[in-house]
Amino acid sequence: MSNSVVYSIAFYVLAVVTLTAGVMTVTLRNIVHAALALITTFFFIAWMYLLLNADLLWVAQLLIYAGAIPVLIVFAIMLTRRSMSDTSNPESSSSGWAALIAAGVFAVLVVVLMPAAWPVGHYPDQLKGTTAIIGAELVNRYAVPFEVVSVLLLVGLIGAVVLARREEQD
Amino acid sequence: MSIGYIGLNHFLAVSAGLFAIGIYGLLSRRNAISLLMSVELMFNAANIALVAFARFGYHDAQPLAGQAFALFVITIAAAEVAVAIAILLLIYRLRGTVWVDEIDLMRW
Repeated sequence: MSNSVVYSIAFYVLAVVTLTAGVMTVTLRNIVHAALALITTFFFIAWMYLLLNADLLWVAQLLIYAGAIPVLIVFAIMLTRRSMSDTSNPESSSSGWAALIAAGVFAVLVVVLMPAAWPVGHYPDQLKGTTAIIGAELVNRYAVPFEVVSVLLLVGLIGAVVLARREEQD
Repeated sequence: MSIGYIGLNHFLAVSAGLFAIGIYGLLSRRNAISLLMSVELMFNAANIALVAFARFGYHDAQPLAGQAFALFVITIAAAEVAVAIAILLLIYRLRGTVWVDEIDLMRW
């Protein structure tokens, strides 16, 4: 499946669109436009998960990353000043260094990751969906992390409410 | 007929690219919300690598561990965004700015 022409074309189109949207996210000078580019990036990453046979993560990415998290970010943009102007997201004075460091990190990652001999598994071709497998794994092998993460979410929720609450004037 | 086999390295390359983009955004922007968005990009870069490993390194003894791990990453990222935005709003209320070079409360 992963060597058909359609698969290859889909991958390259998705890769180019995702990376372009990612670059736009960090270079656009209007923060609202940058947030829209971020949503686009997340949206196309979801389809990349589908190419990797990860149907549960595809839906989770669409719901959480392309749906819920951008809402939070857009709210944060609206609640802070200078949000709608073209200078709401300027570069700092060190953007040249930033580009240099980012290029260096990319070079190191490519040099280290690409030639590495990763363990190769045999993906069962008869496997149609992964949701059932992950669901069983979550409540068996990963039951403890699953519960810990639910507590973490609750703590994060309460923490966010407590932090953002307006203090009573007395 | 194929225009090229798409393997693990292709997905790792996309992941590395997104991660580098995130680092650039993290280092070059002044608006704290933009820094948050860059961190989210880096989370997603890691997730692509995890899911690619789950797909190409599939093992029957521990099926799809990478995908399960990616789900945990998504959950923790959601909690992180909520807390980070609450902190940002608090800083904005106290200091009147979200530009990181003007938030020098702890600099001496």
